Amino acid sequence: MTNAARTHNRPMKLRYDIVSPLLRALVNASAWIMTLAAMSMVGFILIKGIPHIKPSLFAWKYTSVNVSLTPALINTAIMTALALVIAVPLGVFAAIYLAEYARRGNRIVKIIRMAAETLSGIPSIVYGLFGFLFFVVSLKWGMSLLAGGCTLAIMVLPLIMRTAEEALLSVPDMYREGSFGLGAGRLRTVFRVVLPAAVPGILAGVILATGRVVGESAALILTAGTVAKVPASLMKSGRTMAVHMYNLSSEGLYIDQTYATAVVMIVLVAAINALSTWAAKKAENAMSGGS
Amino acid sequence: MINAASSNSTRRANARKISEMAMRIIFLIAACACILCVGLICAFLLANGLPAILKIGPLKFLLGLQWKPERSLYGILPMIVGSIYVTAGAVVVGVPIGILTAVYMARFCDKRFYRVLNPIVSLMAGIPSVVYGFFGMVALLPLTKAWFGAGKSVLSASILLGIMILPTVIRVSEAAIRAVPSNYYEGALALGASHERSVFFAVLPAAKSGIMSSIVLGIGRAIGETMAVIMVAGNQAVIPSGITKGVRTLTANIVLEMGYAADLHRDALIGCAVVLFVFILLINLLLSATQRRQA
Repeated sequence: MTNAARTHNRPMKLRYDIVSPLLRALVNASAWIMTLAAMSMVGFILIKGIPHIKPSLFAWKYTSVNVSLTPALINTAIMTALALVIAVPLGVFAAIYLAEYARRGNRIVKIIRMAAETLSGIPSIVYGLFGFLFFVVSLKWGMSLLAGGCTLAIMVLPLIMRTAEEALLSVPDMYREGSFGLGAGRLRTVFRVVLPAAVPGILAGVILATGRVVGESAALILTAGTVAKVPASLMKSGRTMAVHMYNLSSEGLYIDQTYATAVVMIVLVAAINALSTWAAKKAENAMSGGS
Repeated sequence: MINAASSNSTRRANARKISEMAMRIIFLIAACACILCVGLICAFLLANGLPAILKIGPLKFLLGLQWKPERSLYGILPMIVGSIYVTAGAVVVGVPIGILTAVYMARFCDKRFYRVLNPIVSLMAGIPSVVYGFFGMVALLPLTKAWFGAGKSVLSASILLGIMILPTVIRVSEAAIRAVPSNYYEGALALGASHERSVFFAVLPAAKSGIMSSIVLGIGRAIGETMAVIMVAGNQAVIPSGITKGVRTLTANIVLEMGYAADLHRDALIGCAVVLFVFILLINLLLSATQRRQA
């Protein structure tokens, strides 16, 4: 061994590896910062909000005294139902086309995917503006639940399409082969065999979409308006929970009630998340049991 | 008799063929709905926004420093710069923490911690932006005021947006890191590298394109965020002279003034949305570029 090699080797062996512990510390610290940020936010709102959850907050009618959130909650349910009634059939049918009918490399499929990607990147305020220009002004629907619901349907369409397509693709091919082998046509195979097997996966996506509808505010301020009561018809304005909360916090007069409303929203979102995880797990079990 | 039966069965076969064809066309139409939506959105934004931009003058609109609708001054440069500042701030705050957390979740933490962290990330992804904004207003603003002397400012908006893009960055990066074949990691270990070095110098470079897309998606989310930003950014329509000064983004400009705007003012706001839309399209192009390199 030459002298040079020895002098090169020795410090290598003696050097203490400082990079590895540093990297580990960095990684741990980041995970802690993330957890702390999330916990402090949720904790702060829960601690400040829970004491102010009173029966009057859930009174049937909204007044400037009780700032009830019940009308907003009902509007949220109506809005969610509206958006899903439009978006789910459209999204699932589109997913069926992409997963079961379209050939790979088809030009129209490429365009569809590009459009869906573009849609999923558009900010909600741009959807709101479009909904305002199209549904509210051009179609003369005025600020209404219907205009808001249609706007949100377009907004969640790419999400439902993507999750439904994934769910359909995860159905094992032997399901289809078995069905074809028994003499069923493509349509029958899709509706009787593939779709039922994909339902839990589709459901997980639909629940995620529900979460987005519940949390949306910017798009709805421009399309559904901010009237604080349950409207008599779908053609009238009404505000959802998220819009209700924005109005409360920007008015700044009802800070305690805003905390309480935030608590209700967080609980709602957590419940929706839990449901979606449950459905996704069910989908996974069904598929692994089937194959 | 035989004739009748066979014609009956061919009729049934025909009916089946027709319904197959009909449903196929219905599925295709449903799939084309999103093309129609993109087309409509483009058409309506451009039809309302472009004439206004041309009337104001594209240069005056894009590079004008004064946004004073009451005096017919429609310069949106402060808002463009504001959106870029706030988004850059969100990236500085959110991306390092997000990627490192993703590394932790994919390669460092044991199952028990994962079961705690995973729902936390999902919850963060699901919390509505108004709740983030409200939290920023009541908890973050007092902190930034006490520590940096900055109330509603670029700084507070950046921190809040940084927190908001965490779930996006974490989810996408984590998936990218998990998708790296395990022999990269094992090879590095076999060559004598520590666990940390193997992860950072063998696995992470291999997941680079996925991590890039997570950053791009985070940028998309930050630049499009509206309600949370309004509540903590101050919304002054001037180019901020420092990060402790108030700022107004393109999105905030639209939602703040759309309620009462009319005529050219309204169309100028739609012009803002056109500019925002162009930003988003650029981000999408960037995204597909990073994903193409991956494939």
